[in-house]
Amino acid sequence: MEKIETNKQYQDYVDKKSPNSPILKNCFNAFWVGGLICTIGQLILDICAYRGLNEEVSGTITSIILIGISAFLTGLNLFNRIGKFAGAGSLIPITGFSNSIVSPAMEYKSEGYIMGVGAKMFTVAGPVLVFGISASILVGIVYLIFNTQSITLV
Amino acid sequence: MQKLGTQTIKFDRPPTVLETASIVGPKEAQGPLAKYFDMLLEDEFWGEKTWEKAESKIIKQAVNLVITKSGLPADSIDYCFAGDLLNQCISSSFGLRELNIPYFGIFGACSTFVEGMILSSILAESGAANNVLFAASSHFCSAEKQFRFPLELGNQRPPTSQWTVTGSGAGIISSSGTGPFVTHATPGKIVDKGIKDANNMGAAMAPSVVDTLLAHFKDTGRNPSYYDAIITGDLGYIGKEIVIEMMQTYGYNVKPNYNDCGVLIFDKEKQDTHSGGSGCACCATVFSGYLFHELKEKKYKKILLIATGALMNSTSSQQGESIPGIAHAISVEI
Amino acid sequence: MDMFFQSLNIMDYVWCFVVGGLICVIGQILIDKTKITSARILVLFVTLGAILGGLGVYQYLVDFAGAGATVPITGFGYNLAKGAIKGVQEYGLLGAFIGGTRAAAGGISAAIFFGYIASLIAKPKMKKQ
Repeated sequence: MEKIETNKQYQDYVDKKSPNSPILKNCFNAFWVGGLICTIGQLILDICAYRGLNEEVSGTITSIILIGISAFLTGLNLFNRIGKFAGAGSLIPITGFSNSIVSPAMEYKSEGYIMGVGAKMFTVAGPVLVFGISASILVGIVYLIFNTQSITLV
Repeated sequence: MQKLGTQTIKFDRPPTVLETASIVGPKEAQGPLAKYFDMLLEDEFWGEKTWEKAESKIIKQAVNLVITKSGLPADSIDYCFAGDLLNQCISSSFGLRELNIPYFGIFGACSTFVEGMILSSILAESGAANNVLFAASSHFCSAEKQFRFPLELGNQRPPTSQWTVTGSGAGIISSSGTGPFVTHATPGKIVDKGIKDANNMGAAMAPSVVDTLLAHFKDTGRNPSYYDAIITGDLGYIGKEIVIEMMQTYGYNVKPNYNDCGVLIFDKEKQDTHSGGSGCACCATVFSGYLFHELKEKKYKKILLIATGALMNSTSSQQGESIPGIAHAISVEI
Repeated sequence: MDMFFQSLNIMDYVWCFVVGGLICVIGQILIDKTKITSARILVLFVTLGAILGGLGVYQYLVDFAGAGATVPITGFGYNLAKGAIKGVQEYGLLGAFIGGTRAAAGGISAAIFFGYIASLIAKPKMKKQ
């Protein structure tokens, strides 16, 4: 091995030395767990539809149930184990969003209900709401600009 | 006391490491070094309401334990140095607020234990003190909460990540005694090779170890083979390999007698700790438990302990700063 | 209940599973290959979902894979965008501000409420591994 002088050389050397994540195994687990969570969602959707609920209500009920299950598992200290196993498989579905709100709420309870639970609840999920909602407003405004003729402004 | 070369202190009347004490959490209690620790905890809260209170209790009890073990009356301890990883070192200052011994809070990230040991030795040899206490602590849960994510967040740890050791190590340095003796100390410089990945601390800190080791060997005229064991604080598997290979490029072969506390404290395969242990308590408990025991038993006669610290916080990481490393070395010989 | 199961189409479930799984695999590859933190992945996906939803592209995926497209966080973004467009159609500019959040209100409120409840009764525990 050559002597390492520059930061660039060191970074390259460290990249070579550091083991990579077991990506194939991770992807396989993410695939089937993620797929399974979506399939459970589909089942709930179909049950709602079978009971005659409309699409929007069914979708909301599905979200709430999945969020509830994920919150419940987080409260039982089980979700982090699923997350460790499934990675993006439990993070990307709406279950991950729920976990990212519930876990800081539990963690920061020690700092009280106002500045702890209330304020820190959004440390991880806050950005999702900020960027998701902002993007949707922009989409709405762009849609408005392209469809001004057909829409009456308030 | 005199200065050798660029940065090494040689103790002319070497102070003694009089006694040490160690307390570790449940995971460390399942590790390969369990039998060397004084106290093994069954749960991470230890009857407290928060992780922070639990860590304070751990360092408090470790300090009380070392005083009891030493047989010294508490008022014969002149000063104490202590530090930890939580913001403004609250574990140490809250844990030791009832100790009633003049207190210096110190921060060297995970190098704090040896930083305290060096400062204690200097005070003891200078004549300013007869007995000086030093301690450091860390807690997996409080560290995760402060530096990473809530415990219940379902994320994956990359293979380069390290596991913060829960526990505390404490020791007493005495100006007189029968050893083991602190003979040399090489305080390290801050070394930053531009690593930004907070999940690869070993790689961020390894260059500082190389820097300190080179200075130590040059200043003292010693070779790696002089020591029975050269032990770094918390580089883990990746950092350890980097040190071996980088030292090779400078013509030093440290491989035969070199190891790392982060590698020693956990069983990588069984305990799933990825690149090994880290945190102030990693080197503090391994020295106070295992290494001190081996010195007392004369299994090791000369060791070089190099505690390593990553001098960053979560704000600096978010602002895209690289991670400066530091490594302090101390020779303990019988 | 038998009637219900007879009404299900197996292929719907197969595509739901496959598409949902694949969206997660894309996230996993990003995590493992780029070291992007999970919070950033969620933001990226929700924004992408909103943009694709706004362009009308995501609707095809939803028609094809059902919950396989709506349950991932991209579907949350799609839902927000769809709501915003619907809002604009009903209320004009005002709708851009109320439509999105209204469509996602159930999910957001549920997560906040459950988070609060969990903090009342549950305690974080050390990871065993």
